[in-house]
Amino acid sequence: MKFTEDHEWLSLDGDIVTVGITEHAATALGDVVFVELPEVGTMVSKGDEIVVIESVKAASDITAPVDGEIIEVNEAIVDAPSKVNEDPLGDAWFFKVKVDDAGDYNAYLDEDAYADLIG
Amino acid sequence: MAGATDSDLKQLPLHDLHVELGGKMVPFAGYAMAVQYPMGVMKEHQHCRASAGLFDVSHMGQVVLRGGGVALALETLIPQDVAGLPEGRQRYGFFTNEQGGLLDDLMFANRGDHIFMVVNAACKAADLAHLRAGLPDAVQVDEITDRALLALQGPMAESVLATLNPAVAEMAFMDVATLDLNGAEAWISRSGYTGEDGYEISVPKDAADALARALLADDRVAPIGLGARDSLRLEGGLCLYGHDINTATTPVEAGLNWAIQKIRRSGGARAGGFPGADVILDQLANGAACKRVGLRPQGRAPMREGVEVFAAPEGGDPIGRITSGGFGPTVEGPVAMGYIPADMAAPDITVYGELRGKRLPLTVAKLPFTPANFKR
Repeated sequence: MKFTEDHEWLSLDGDIVTVGITEHAATALGDVVFVELPEVGTMVSKGDEIVVIESVKAASDITAPVDGEIIEVNEAIVDAPSKVNEDPLGDAWFFKVKVDDAGDYNAYLDEDAYADLIG
Repeated sequence: MAGATDSDLKQLPLHDLHVELGGKMVPFAGYAMAVQYPMGVMKEHQHCRASAGLFDVSHMGQVVLRGGGVALALETLIPQDVAGLPEGRQRYGFFTNEQGGLLDDLMFANRGDHIFMVVNAACKAADLAHLRAGLPDAVQVDEITDRALLALQGPMAESVLATLNPAVAEMAFMDVATLDLNGAEAWISRSGYTGEDGYEISVPKDAADALARALLADDRVAPIGLGARDSLRLEGGLCLYGHDINTATTPVEAGLNWAIQKIRRSGGARAGGFPGADVILDQLANGAACKRVGLRPQGRAPMREGVEVFAAPEGGDPIGRITSGGFGPTVEGPVAMGYIPADMAAPDITVYGELRGKRLPLTVAKLPFTPANFKR
């Protein structure tokens, strides 16, 4: 698993990258009440704002951490946004991207480096 | 988090207690205040509606007005019936400007030989100056700086507070009394800003910590931060000054007609005589062009302050805007308030809020979103 400085996590399986938000992000956001996910089939570029997430406190965006095609989104967190607070690193993943090049993935922080970041 | 260590932020008398309780401190109106405790906004909100919540609202301004003719003098600044308010009773009111706009909203109580007033923190310096400039020399205006202000809100508030003094149970909504609580002289009103039954309690600063701890020692009580205070008052349909009401909104536009008693309206014995009376009395008689309404997003996405409102799903200029909005934990969905033209301000009409470039439907709704639970 890798981590971005924007508190997203990524896991790689073949050429599929699964993306979610970290425990730290979920706690900082507070109770999540709304999630809007991109459509399957959308081509995304690194940095695109593709998810809207709203907590009781505020709205925030989640950006695509890699270039590729959205091949699956987690409708369960649209129906029950509180899952994001309950299991951010597991059941509450956000979307899966099919990538051409796993290089972007490898450039992100490992667990220790992320732990240092949120210190 | 930004601002939490700003050295120019003022600390509340209960600052150490908030930190000890795990409060996440943020800057608000110049004070370091807890936006939430470890329970989180959602659960704090639900706890207050189901049991009892303790709020520290010591940032608000507490003012005592005394002197001959104080009640009639105050009526020159606010459109409420002050002279007819019986001793031991409180009213909601507001300062108006010459254009009929709102300078601040407030609570005032007849405490026998003086009027006790509570005003918003962000407005208190201006309010004090306004009172001193507008009232005759015979009226003394004193800011009370040696007392904290707590609120205990929720359906269990009465039984909790009665463990410290059973007399509080005898108070009705908007009654005020001076009673002993935990060995301190408390100025208590049966009121609040959550839509729930409850009390607001002014106590000497040096007694506030012990009183708060005595209340929190009761299992039914949880500390509630600013986040849940906002969602509670929003569901309760209550205005937040600086957002839902300001110097550009009149009381009639804001739907606060109920707070202007008949005696101050056209035909009343003490009609007018407050700033902006010509505008406000005309609007009371003939209506205003726009009106504050409840707005319920039909989808799940919250629509917050600043979202522009349109009559149609495409085209046209905005007809209004949202002034407060978010997620209502008790409603279990997004809720908002805003201003729209009066001729569209009828329940069940659909309007559209523009969110992230998309127009999403909103239903005009009656306020409050959750029924008030006051002990009349």
